Amino acid sequence: MPDASEPFAIATHQLRKCFDHFVALEGLSLQVPHACIFGLLGPNGAGKSTAIKMLTTLLDPTSGSATVAGFDIARQPVEVRRHIGYVPQMLSADGALTAIENLNLSARLQGLRGAERRARVKEALAFAGLEATASKLVRAYSGGMIRRLEIAQATLHNPQVLFLDEPTIGLDPIARRTVWERLEHLREKGTTILITTHDMEEADTLCDELAILHQGRLAVVGKPESLKAQVGENASLDDVFVHFSGVGLEQGGDYRGTRDSRDAIQRLG
Amino acid sequence: MNRLLSYLNETFAVCDAEVRKLIRDPTELLSRAIQPVLWLAVFGQVFSQVRGIPTGNLRYLDFMAPGILAQSILFSAIFYGIAIIWERDLGIVHKLLVTPAHRSALIMGKAFAAGLRGLVQAAVVYLVAIALHVEIRWELMPILTVAAGVFVGSCIFSTFSLVIACIVKTRERFMGIGQVLTMPLFFASNAIYPLELMPGWLKVIAVCNPLTYLVDALRSGMIVGGTSVYALTTSFAVMLSVFTVLLLLAARRYPGLAR
Repeated sequence: MPDASEPFAIATHQLRKCFDHFVALEGLSLQVPHACIFGLLGPNGAGKSTAIKMLTTLLDPTSGSATVAGFDIARQPVEVRRHIGYVPQMLSADGALTAIENLNLSARLQGLRGAERRARVKEALAFAGLEATASKLVRAYSGGMIRRLEIAQATLHNPQVLFLDEPTIGLDPIARRTVWERLEHLREKGTTILITTHDMEEADTLCDELAILHQGRLAVVGKPESLKAQVGENASLDDVFVHFSGVGLEQGGDYRGTRDSRDAIQRLG
Repeated sequence: MNRLLSYLNETFAVCDAEVRKLIRDPTELLSRAIQPVLWLAVFGQVFSQVRGIPTGNLRYLDFMAPGILAQSILFSAIFYGIAIIWERDLGIVHKLLVTPAHRSALIMGKAFAAGLRGLVQAAVVYLVAIALHVEIRWELMPILTVAAGVFVGSCIFSTFSLVIACIVKTRERFMGIGQVLTMPLFFASNAIYPLELMPGWLKVIAVCNPLTYLVDALRSGMIVGGTSVYALTTSFAVMLSVFTVLLLLAARRYPGLAR
């Protein structure tokens, strides 16, 4: 699946985003290889969601450039959208629809039709392990089932790159593990995955490579083991996070970010 | 041709999802049906006795029935935008905007769903009107004219509502603005009194109000002896033009919801 002509699935160069006078992201330059799980870490307000929104074409960059799946986010946004999937932190599956209706809606908006659509929806239900409950309203689902459905929705069209914003926030350990398994399965199939997370165990278990953002800037990037080694012997990823983000108690985050996280947790719980 | 098919497919995908939700939870439809019942059964019947508003050969109740149908469409569609703010808070808008679907097709799908909802409301208003012995036209063409008017009118006001939702972005602000807009739109139209009775300044506003053209088209199609001030082609041309402008505006503002 990866486009061999492009050396990286995601490449950003000096990507910058300002909201009036507030600089949310400053000079982000990253290269994400194909078929890996890349973690974007950082305290609340570090610029993770802003970066993901720009890479998924939801936000225009103020300056700098980026390509996703070989397409320029500013000049070819529709092509970018054709080749990506996105699972927001909030619950994006529609609770008033059944799983099969949610999948059909996504499939039709991705341009899948007829027999191909039906086959992909069936595959997606199997992938998410939701065949038995496909005709139930999503509002009756557990948090883990909803997340699996959302991942299935986002990957119906076999995207080259999948973005997930805090995919396991609010999930119990079992549901979290099933989500991880789905993501690992997608990586094996060749999908490049970029996730943001606050969960260091998740980052350690899943991610092939990590970047830590701090106050809108890239603090460090590397493989988990090499980052731990940089901090010290027996250092954990928690230590790496604290070391490079310089965050202690009471720091980081804003009202809206906290509210969104808590809303998502409440709905998933 | 392929592009048009994709566009229609996207539009109907969104419309289909919206209609399914509406069928599952028709409580809003039922609650919205109460208002036209009150207007026709209470206000209409009382004012029919007063005979204070000259309506030619028509009974006042017959005159106002199309106006109340239009009002019912307006009041229901104008709050459609609140659902999109809810969808934004849930992340559904983000998910839709990350698909390659045309932005205007996403809006059009919602507008069409509002149009179908408007048709159900029209059926309710017809039932009330029949119960109150309003003289309804039962020929095919007038009924199709009313159905088309209701559909386009619902599309206009629901899209207008989506534009407002995209600007204000919060439910609290939206509710305030929605309340502020409905009554002026209603009273600055020919819904419950003829244009000729209006003072000059109000007539100018009424002529710029798409509700006036909707009421005018409904009046000629819904009731026996109903006449319209404007030709049907004029009314529909105005309404379709307003819808097109609002659709383009909404498609432009819609991505801003995800920021």
